[in-house]
Amino acid sequence: MNTALTTRRASRLIAPDALHGPPTLEAHLRRYGPLSLGGGPGAQGRDRLLAEIERSGLTGRGGAGFPTARKLASARAADRPALIVNAMEGEPASAKDRLLVGTTPHLVLDGADVVATVLGAQRTVLCVADSAPEMARSLVRAQQERTGRGRAGDAEVRTLSGRYVAGEESALASAVAGGPGVPRFRPDKSVALSVGRHAAVVHNAETLAHVALIARYGADWFREVGAAEAPGTCLVTISGGVECPGVVEVATGAPVSEIIGLARLSSPPQAVLVGGYGGTWLAGEDLGVPFAPGELSRLGASMGAGVLVVLPGGTCGIQETALVARFMAGQSAGQCGPCLFGLPAIADDLAAIADGTAAPEVLDRLLVRCGAVAGRGACRHPDGVVRLVRSALEVFSADVASHVHGYPCRGRAAPSGLMAQSGLMGSFRDGWGR
Amino acid sequence: MRISVDPAACDGFGYCAELVPELMALDEWGFPVVSQHEVPGELLDAARQAARACPRRALLLAGPVQEELKAR
Repeated sequence: MNTALTTRRASRLIAPDALHGPPTLEAHLRRYGPLSLGGGPGAQGRDRLLAEIERSGLTGRGGAGFPTARKLASARAADRPALIVNAMEGEPASAKDRLLVGTTPHLVLDGADVVATVLGAQRTVLCVADSAPEMARSLVRAQQERTGRGRAGDAEVRTLSGRYVAGEESALASAVAGGPGVPRFRPDKSVALSVGRHAAVVHNAETLAHVALIARYGADWFREVGAAEAPGTCLVTISGGVECPGVVEVATGAPVSEIIGLARLSSPPQAVLVGGYGGTWLAGEDLGVPFAPGELSRLGASMGAGVLVVLPGGTCGIQETALVARFMAGQSAGQCGPCLFGLPAIADDLAAIADGTAAPEVLDRLLVRCGAVAGRGACRHPDGVVRLVRSALEVFSADVASHVHGYPCRGRAAPSGLMAQSGLMGSFRDGWGR
Repeated sequence: MRISVDPAACDGFGYCAELVPELMALDEWGFPVVSQHEVPGELLDAARQAARACPRRALLLAGPVQEELKAR
């Protein structure tokens, strides 16, 4: 890992002057140069393109962190699959897709072109949430400049209901096919998704932007920065107790403490929520950990969608987590009993602990309920909530003990609703309407 | 043969836990939890009956049924 580079902002995807003018195709080509669908024509060319992506070590930036080349290789086995570009930004604390599509739409479209070529895709569908109509406008405007150039110029832009689980890949495939847009139970995740009679593969918008750069500059260039296990740069959305919340681009493997420092800390952080609302709390003393899959997994965390929410001192982690758990309970698609009934029960228990009204046995019941819900949904939504709650009980164990024994909460004096600043309250309005 | 529940299809009727309590239990909300995924030979018939009895067709049986039947 090149630590010298990790302390600086990177600017592969986010141009320093991105906001100084419209992201025209002309400006895009001036900055990045022409896109050659390298490798040459025909099947051999596509093989070489895929080999380059594989050698780059690029991993998906949507949350699961799966190797992009492996996903492509298995989708290629299908006959003319559909390519679905996920720019839904289902994660309330993330703003990276919005920034990327708003300021660098041509890079996302370039990546979609490359992947569609590698796959021999039958169609490309670009999915954005109805809560962000400006993203659809940005993509359509960019497409108009690309008429006759590549497949992405003719791709469909679909505006879909932006609920939390709507961006889950089986839910997205369902929505694109005209279905209800809720996750499907897939006991074997290696079985391909489908849209109508065609296989489908979902890639996150940021992942495709990186593909566009790998196609231009090659795998060696891509690997020049970042952690060896998940090279390159990544977009990170920082919110919570910082002075300049927003999206930064950093090399993977940069210490979490340094990444949040880019958003200027208002006070020493007590903890940081990593990955997303279904993510993991890291205690203040663990923030030196590199933002890379292996090192984070040792602390039970993952990069997720590149989300860091900073919890400043003087606030109560249990109160904040209870808010997020309540929100997440409301985001269940309502298909699976353990999620539909279990998440509100978990949120109730945590809220009772936060309010100081919980009997000591509520904590035991909460832990049992976490175990009862984990792994029992059609999708991973309940698992994310369990991960969040378990890590809160661990990292804020001293607060839990105080609350349960009736000591005053140190967060009482602090303004609550830190999570509201990271987009949660806005998302409440976009919930499932229940 | 393996037994599993499609959680999206299941509505918590609970017949499965009545019919094969050796393999299934109900959680506090009345939804089935598979306590043992591998179905032993002597429970194959009961498991099949439970799958047929599910009003939501949410109880899934998969695996090399024929081989296990022969081995019995």
